[in-house]
Amino acid sequence: MVSDRRPILLTNARVIDPSRDLDQTGDVLIADGVIKEAGKNIRSAGVPEGAEVIDCSDLVVAPGLVDMRAFIGEPGAEHRETLASASLAAAAGGVTTVVCQPETDPPIDDPATVDFVIRRARDTAIVHIHPMAALTKKLEGKEMTEFGLLRSAGAVAFTDGMKSVMNAQVFRRALIYAADFDALIVHHTEDTNLVGDGVMNEGEYAARLGLLGIPTASETIMLERDVRLVVETECRYHAACITCEASLEVLRRAKDKGLPVTASASINHVALNEIDIGSYRTFLKVSPPLRGEQDRQALVAAIKEGLLDAIVSDHNPQDVETKRLPFAEAASGAVGLETMLPVGLRLVHDGSLPLLQLIKALSTRPAELLGIQGGSLRANAQADVIVFDPDVPWVLNRATLKSRCNNSPFDEAKLTGRVLRTIVAGRTVYEYV
Amino acid sequence: MNIRTTAGFTLSQKHLLGIEGLSAGDITGLLDLSEEFVELNRRVEKKTATLRGRTQINLFFESSTRTQASFEIAGKRLGADVMNMSVASSSMRKGETLLDTAATLNAMHPDLIVVRHHASGAVELLSQKVECSVINAGDGAHEHPTQALLDALTIRRNKGELSRLTVAICGDIMHSRVARSNILLLNTMGTRVRVVAPTTLLPAHIERLGVEVHRDMREGLRGADIVMMLRLQRERMSGSLIPSSKEYFHYYGLDTTKLKFAKPDALVMHPGPMNRGVEIDSAVADGAQSLIQEQVEMGVAVRMAVLEALARNLPNA
Repeated sequence: MVSDRRPILLTNARVIDPSRDLDQTGDVLIADGVIKEAGKNIRSAGVPEGAEVIDCSDLVVAPGLVDMRAFIGEPGAEHRETLASASLAAAAGGVTTVVCQPETDPPIDDPATVDFVIRRARDTAIVHIHPMAALTKKLEGKEMTEFGLLRSAGAVAFTDGMKSVMNAQVFRRALIYAADFDALIVHHTEDTNLVGDGVMNEGEYAARLGLLGIPTASETIMLERDVRLVVETECRYHAACITCEASLEVLRRAKDKGLPVTASASINHVALNEIDIGSYRTFLKVSPPLRGEQDRQALVAAIKEGLLDAIVSDHNPQDVETKRLPFAEAASGAVGLETMLPVGLRLVHDGSLPLLQLIKALSTRPAELLGIQGGSLRANAQADVIVFDPDVPWVLNRATLKSRCNNSPFDEAKLTGRVLRTIVAGRTVYEYV
Repeated sequence: MNIRTTAGFTLSQKHLLGIEGLSAGDITGLLDLSEEFVELNRRVEKKTATLRGRTQINLFFESSTRTQASFEIAGKRLGADVMNMSVASSSMRKGETLLDTAATLNAMHPDLIVVRHHASGAVELLSQKVECSVINAGDGAHEHPTQALLDALTIRRNKGELSRLTVAICGDIMHSRVARSNILLLNTMGTRVRVVAPTTLLPAHIERLGVEVHRDMREGLRGADIVMMLRLQRERMSGSLIPSSKEYFHYYGLDTTKLKFAKPDALVMHPGPMNRGVEIDSAVADGAQSLIQEQVEMGVAVRMAVLEALARNLPNA
């Protein structure tokens, strides 16, 4: 299935390239690991010798997806996911670049561990994997990490993963120091005191299930605080996982002021709401929790208008031991690398999002924010390209997922659209057969 | 002895996991069946043979005196072999153990398992792992269906009906499975339901469950036919939700003064165990308007009715 580096010519495709606002029928020529040309009638220049010519009529060709937030168990929890298994899942989902989170064991908080992850990914993974490094040592929220050295080692941003830095002084100093290195700080915005023992969104549904609720204020207050600190530090800041309408208002004010603030939402929060939890389905327990339908719709509208920059998978493999528990005791997290695109296409099919905007949020914007290759079909761009059929219907069977864990909230969901080919640096790493 | 005048009644479900999902017909059927057991329980010869040969396991992950005793007596009077398993909550707190325990018990071929667990949804999770019928004896802050049924039976016997009444449920609604099950049952039966509590002890959007919300207890009790008090579950409170039990009793404790705001013939209920002087004054708890002892009596009858109704659906029944 994995081919050599013959040139690839994708013809008659609907070519989507958000980096040029391009959505038109045309061809894409890939050779030497880069895009040679993408546009109309490029075949008139002739087909390169030995090229693999693929007819992509009724199919979409787009830059591969760039996922800013995936939790991978290597090092430390390889039984849940390795860099290799995550990359297989990513390739099947059209994700050509995965940004892994530092919540590993040990955490990615020193240059040697960054180096380990990068080397290990290079040797075992079939897609690009970049690590984010910890924002604070041991993810404890007390002392900042070596931003300069970690960045030199290859960390693309700094975050404490699913943990929030509650100490405002620690966070303020980290922003001040990080600004000197032009580092990107990514933060999970939840006030842990307000979260308390809560396990799902506060509201009618939590009341019915007898579960303790988490108010949206837990997120909005932390985001407000962070924005306030960005005002004085001018540090590049990214809110990792926005879930509610009230947070979008905070985000809008920050952006209107021209602050270097950006944000993403997870595919789960964009596609699901609290009612999907149904009868205590722990696969739908995520952190922050799924919110109400009004919040979900607000997130979709914010992606359409570009207020929310990116959609992330928030891929978080959990096994039977951590999920087959009463809801309050089960771990948070859902796998998402393989389903992010088809689930995102729901929003295109129901008319709430143009395809170009979806791909922009899934690929082009994340690559821009992280300052990494990918997200574009411009000439000489790294050839990370996907071919997908946007209209084919299928039903997800979680047993067929390539991830080591199958805790998908979309098990047995009807999906429309699937990835047929994933090309990483000019090489086909996945083909749907 | 066969006293089945309601022999035709069956529940349409295999388990009793909650009041949610029961129809008014199901509830009336269970209450009618319970009435027969009330009569039986007052005789000298209290045993029947309807569950003879059946094995009933009472699996309690959370300590309980009256509910466990009530289920045990109910099962024994129906002729079942009853085994009690009280699982010390410290050694088996993990849900993994919950499912392991379920699988182990299932292999012993019980017919009925009665489960209490500290986590909402845990009983339903367990029910997915066993082949027998499961009865929820209380899961977290979710449901406690047999308590709501025994409360309904007590009300019906004293007031003659459930509809056209006003019931005020007072106290720690947030942490109370008794409140949830009662709200669901009383709404299904057309009863007017009020909840009375400080806002910190109310779940967000509780009004969407179809109840009137009162923060002032005197207003909440005005014209009520039934005053249902809840235990102030201090051990469940993770934060400081009320300033002190003294202030709580001042505003939300039921004493004779506050009770005067309810109808003159209003009756007082409490699921027990009571905190005298915290949510209820002894003069009220032991007074003429109190139904608290009758609730305990009805508990055995209701649990016999539930066990029998579910057993009628068992194979070879």
